[in-house]
Amino acid sequence: MKISKGYKIIMYSLLGLFSLYFVLPFVWVILSALKTETEVFSYPPKIFPEVLQWKNFVDAWSSQPFGVYLKNSVIVTVMTTIGQLLSCSLIAYGFARFDFKFKNTLFVLMLATMMIPWDVTMIPLYMEFKMFGWINTLKPLIVPSFFGSAYYIFLLRQFLMGIPKDLESAARIDGANEFQIFYKIFIPIMKAPLILIAVLNMLSVWNDYLGPLIYLQDQSKYTLALGLAAFKGVHDLQILPIMSITLVMIVPPVVIFLFAQKYIVEGISGSVK
Amino acid sequence: MRNITTKKTKSYQLVNRKVPYLFILPWIIGFLVFTLGPLILSLIMSFYNWPITSEPTFVGIDNYKTMFTADPQFYKSIIITLKFAAIFVPLNLAIALILALLITQPLKGMKFFRTIFYLPAVVSGVAISIIWGWIFNSEYGILNYLLSFLGIEGPRWLVDPKWALLTIVIASAWGVGIMMLIFYTNIKGIPAELYEAAAIDGAGPFRQFFSITIPSITPTILFNVITSVIGALQQLTLVLLLTGGGPLKSTYFYGLYVYNNAFKHHQLGYASANAWFMFIVILVLTMLIFKTSSTWVFYENEVKKEGKKGRRKNENIKRI
Repeated sequence: MKISKGYKIIMYSLLGLFSLYFVLPFVWVILSALKTETEVFSYPPKIFPEVLQWKNFVDAWSSQPFGVYLKNSVIVTVMTTIGQLLSCSLIAYGFARFDFKFKNTLFVLMLATMMIPWDVTMIPLYMEFKMFGWINTLKPLIVPSFFGSAYYIFLLRQFLMGIPKDLESAARIDGANEFQIFYKIFIPIMKAPLILIAVLNMLSVWNDYLGPLIYLQDQSKYTLALGLAAFKGVHDLQILPIMSITLVMIVPPVVIFLFAQKYIVEGISGSVK
Repeated sequence: MRNITTKKTKSYQLVNRKVPYLFILPWIIGFLVFTLGPLILSLIMSFYNWPITSEPTFVGIDNYKTMFTADPQFYKSIIITLKFAAIFVPLNLAIALILALLITQPLKGMKFFRTIFYLPAVVSGVAISIIWGWIFNSEYGILNYLLSFLGIEGPRWLVDPKWALLTIVIASAWGVGIMMLIFYTNIKGIPAELYEAAAIDGAGPFRQFFSITIPSITPTILFNVITSVIGALQQLTLVLLLTGGGPLKSTYFYGLYVYNNAFKHHQLGYASANAWFMFIVILVLTMLIFKTSSTWVFYENEVKKEGKKGRRKNENIKRI
């Protein structure tokens, strides 16, 4: 099909126009973070900083224990990713590759849990974690990930359903036990969906605000998201550090996304049919 | 053939009956401890006066009674949330669909635009609130400065009760990339032959869009409607950080109402009743959308079935 020039122009202008909405806010944050105090608080705004103020990042970073917040964020992100990969692969494998009593009922039940609003379980969960003595520790953010997450299990199970049954039959006849079959044969096959789950989990945990807000009290336990929000709550007018830390917070997810984009696009096409 | 089937049954007999349950055991434990347990506890709590510091007392359905008859904020928050959903859901859906159609055009550079449009979806709610808060800032904000070039005097976005809700809509719609991607993969999956056949029959791009693209993606539209309505009802992070419910409680969303009742006013029982009301609304909404879906959602396998019977086209058109 031949595409006319006019059509192309219209399409690219539309694409360009929408891009402004998605890109300009980022650009504006970067420009703001690199200004001086006077530049950032001038009106009409100065679009470009005269001299790029890279030291804003250093000043911002040392003004609060952001290093501690970063460490906590990394701990929670890494631990939950390990937890989700371990638990979800086991659970999804169980649902996809075996026949057992109540399988379908349990699976439907699992899907139904995705509809429960966070608001319903937040209060009892808070009380439960308080009873465990876990409030003001990272445990409420980490431990549940070791018991799987419905959406990730669903994604993995869809993938596993597409693999022919003969695969484990042969191994069984050769005398391999079920767990050997699982980690020797299936874990390598599941590489792509496992990467997808790791990426989705890292993004959502790194960005999570409400969980840390409810469970963490001491600054020494804050994650980066909570620390940044708390800092902004108190020092609303310190735009320079706020902008610099916001940028620092955005960079890891953006980098992860750029590297793993392929998996996300393919993963979504695999799951929604 | 027979050989394979016997092999299969044999192979199954080798599996110990308990083994499958061992695999799903983590989920069963997690379900009981982190989902079912809290769910039941929450329902019980909703029948109690449950202050955080002193002993809980059983009050029957008083919490629900108060909510429906003696708490004006309950209704106000519902109305604000519905207003938000009424603007946000169609807008978000339309933008997602337009973007998906744009990036499925057979032009160069579409991967680049796909990346750009998705990017805000990976950014934290905290960062989004800070970024948009700074853009909407009524003293130094760049938005009102840009608007002044068009001869528009921008409103005091976050400070003006008339505009605050809209700022939350605009900031929320920034994460439209996820929905766009779902539409995108769906549109890409529509067989090219359908379009070719339509072009031969003389159907123009508009006709093709309404007779092929739209009917092919109705299940996805349904999915996206449900998820965005539920998302709108639960909206909390952005409200908490961008406006805190203000000004003059003009953005006091239902999610914030529940959250504040629990963690600010420490009325755990009352907040549980609020949350259960939301849960039931979500259940009813989901069921309603599913029930009505048969009249407007068109599933792919129906095409296949009907195609085999050789009356694909007529049926398609009737359904639309």
